[in-house]
Amino acid sequence: MTTHQTPQQQPDTFVFDSASEAEIVTVLAKYPTERKASAVMPLLYIAQRQLGRESGSAWVPLVAMDEIARRLEMAAIRVYEVASFYTMFNTKPVGRYHLQVCTTTPCWLRGSDDVVAACKRATGIGAFGETSADGQFTLTQVECLGACSNAPILQVDDDFYEDMDGPRTVALIDALRRGERPPAGPTINRSGSAPEGGRKTLVDAEPSIAENK
Amino acid sequence: MLQDKDRIFTNLYGQNDWRLEGARKRGDWQNTAEILAKGRDAIIGEMKASGLRGRGGAGFPTGLKWSFMPKQSDGRPHYLVINGDESEPGTCKDREVLRHEPHKLIESALIASFAMGAHAAYIYIRGEFFNEAAHLQIAVDEAYAAGLIGKNAAGSGWDFDFFIHRGAGAYICGEETALLESLEGKKGQPRMKPPFPAGAGLYGCPTTVNNVESIAVASTILRRGGAWFAGLGRPNNTGSKLMAISGHVNTPCVFEEELGVPLKEIIEKHGGGVRGGWDNLLAVIPGGCSVPVLPKSVCETVLMDYDSLRAERSGLGTGCMIVMDKSTDIIEAIARFSRFFKHESCGQCTPCREGTGWMMRMMDRMVQGRAELDEIDLLEQVTRQVEGHTICALGDAAAWPIQGLIRHFRPEMEERIRHYKALHGGTGLVQVPASGVPVAAE
Repeated sequence: MTTHQTPQQQPDTFVFDSASEAEIVTVLAKYPTERKASAVMPLLYIAQRQLGRESGSAWVPLVAMDEIARRLEMAAIRVYEVASFYTMFNTKPVGRYHLQVCTTTPCWLRGSDDVVAACKRATGIGAFGETSADGQFTLTQVECLGACSNAPILQVDDDFYEDMDGPRTVALIDALRRGERPPAGPTINRSGSAPEGGRKTLVDAEPSIAENK
Repeated sequence: MLQDKDRIFTNLYGQNDWRLEGARKRGDWQNTAEILAKGRDAIIGEMKASGLRGRGGAGFPTGLKWSFMPKQSDGRPHYLVINGDESEPGTCKDREVLRHEPHKLIESALIASFAMGAHAAYIYIRGEFFNEAAHLQIAVDEAYAAGLIGKNAAGSGWDFDFFIHRGAGAYICGEETALLESLEGKKGQPRMKPPFPAGAGLYGCPTTVNNVESIAVASTILRRGGAWFAGLGRPNNTGSKLMAISGHVNTPCVFEEELGVPLKEIIEKHGGGVRGGWDNLLAVIPGGCSVPVLPKSVCETVLMDYDSLRAERSGLGTGCMIVMDKSTDIIEAIARFSRFFKHESCGQCTPCREGTGWMMRMMDRMVQGRAELDEIDLLEQVTRQVEGHTICALGDAAAWPIQGLIRHFRPEMEERIRHYKALHGGTGLVQVPASGVPVAAE
C-alpha cells in the first residue's frame, strides 16, 4: 500500500491530443462497451505519456483524471483511487528521466546499494522520491522488477538497464544528460538472461521442426 | 537433466527470430486446426495426462482447472485470463516467454480458450514489462494479419480474440481475483472466494486464470503428447519447468530444466556454482521470496520439485531460486522481503495491513539486534496471527519467510541481539536508537 500526495500546483485544463485520441480508440476496442471502466489504467498511461511529450514530465494531474472519469462514465473518485493505488502512475511531476532502482533482496545481493549510491552521486539527489535541482532526474526506490537473473536493475522510464554496478550507473546517467539513450538490456557480456559468457543449453543451431513436433 | 531435444522454449534467450516467421520454423502454428479438431474433452484429457501443475506457484493441476469451466454456456461469455503479473521477488521467467516466445503463448492461448469455450483471452502483464508487452503486441498483430487468431482462427472454425492489458506496479495483482478486479478497472484488492472465477470471474462470467508458463507449454504438450511430458520429471511432479537463478552464483540465468533434479546440480550447472565454491553457500530460497529459506544442509540433497520441497517445509513456488553465500546478512535479506510485503499489502484485511508493518518494524530491529531474546518468539507469534487470517495468500507469503528464518537461523538472530547488547550495555530494556523509535503511522 502506498500513499500518494497530490501537489497543490495543478494545471487548470487537460485535453487529449490527436495521438492520444488514436490510442484511446484502440484501447476501448479491447473491452465490452458496457465494461469500458476496464480502460481506466490504459487511459491513465496515455495521459501520463502525453504530459511527458508536452512538458517533459510524465505525470497525471487531477484534471486529466477528471477527463478520464468523464470519458469512461465513472465517478471521479474511482479514477483517483486507481491512480493512487498503483505505483506507476505519477500523481506529481517527475524529472525528464525517471530513475527507478530495485532494492529488493535479489538486486541487493548483487549490489543495488552501489547503484543507489551512484545515482545519488551522479544526480545530486539526496533521498528517494526527490528530483534533481536541474529537473532532469527523479530517483525512485522500487520493489522487485522481475528481472532478477540480471540483477541489479536500474529502470530508466520504460527501459531496464541490467547487470549494473556503480561506474556503469554513473556512465549511463552522464549519457542521458548528454541527450543520449544507450541501448537497454544487459551491460555485461551476455545475451538477455543467458549465462554470462555464453549459453549452456540450447547450444545447437536452430532446432528443426521435426524435433519440435 | 533435460536434453535440448526435450526443451519446450527453444528460443528462450531470443537467440533466434522471435517473430512469426522464426516461430513457424520452431514449429509453432503448425496444424493448429488439427489440434482443435480433436475436441474439447480430448484436449483437456491430454493436459490431465501430462500431469502439468500450475507454474505460477500454487501448483494446482492445470487440466483439472480447465475442466471446471461450464461445459455449456448459459449465455454469459467465457474468458481465459493469463497472469503475466510476474512480481514475486526472484522470479523472472515469464518475461522470457513474453519477449522471446510470444507466438507459443498466443497459439497455446487459442488452444486453451477453445478447450474452455472462451472466445476471448486477456493477458495481464505487469506494467514494468513495457518492452515485453510491446513484443507481444507485435506478435498479436502478426497473428491477426495471418489469420491465426480473429474470426475462424487458424482455419479451425473457432473465433478467438487476444487482448493485452498492462498493470501498473502492484504485486497483489498477481493474485487471481485481485487481477480480475484490476482488469475491471478497480483497485487490485482480492475478492472473497467462493464464488470461484470458474463460476463468476471477469465481468461476472466464467473465467480461468492461468500463469503465462502454464498456458505457453500447452501447444507443445498437445503436439508431443501428454505421455511425453509426463515422462519427464517424477511422478506427480512431471515435466520441465522454466527456472531462474539469481544472487550469489557465478552465472545467474534463466533456463528450462526437468523437475526432480537435485538443487545442487542445478546450481552447479546453470548457475556456474556458488560464488567462492559450494562450501561458501549459506542458504537458498528455492521459489520466489514467499517460500521459506533452506539452509545449506538441506540444499545438499533436496530435489527441485513440488513434493520434495514441500517435505522440507518450503515449496517450489515459481521455481526461481535466490542463492546466498556466507557473506550474506541473512536477517537483512529477509527483512527486505518484510519491507516488500508491507509495501505491497493492498490494505484490505487488517491482519495483513497492520501485520506486515509490525513484521517489518520488528525485522528492522532484528537486523540491528535491537531487541530482546524472547522477542524472536513474539515475532513468530505475530506471523502466526497474520498467516491464514486474510482473504488472499499475501498474508501467508509475508509470514513464511520470517518463519523460515527463525526455524533455520535462530542462533544468528540471538547472536545479533547479544552483540548489540554488549556494544550498548543493554540490560533488560530494548535499546532506543538516537533517531527515535519508528511508529506505526510511518
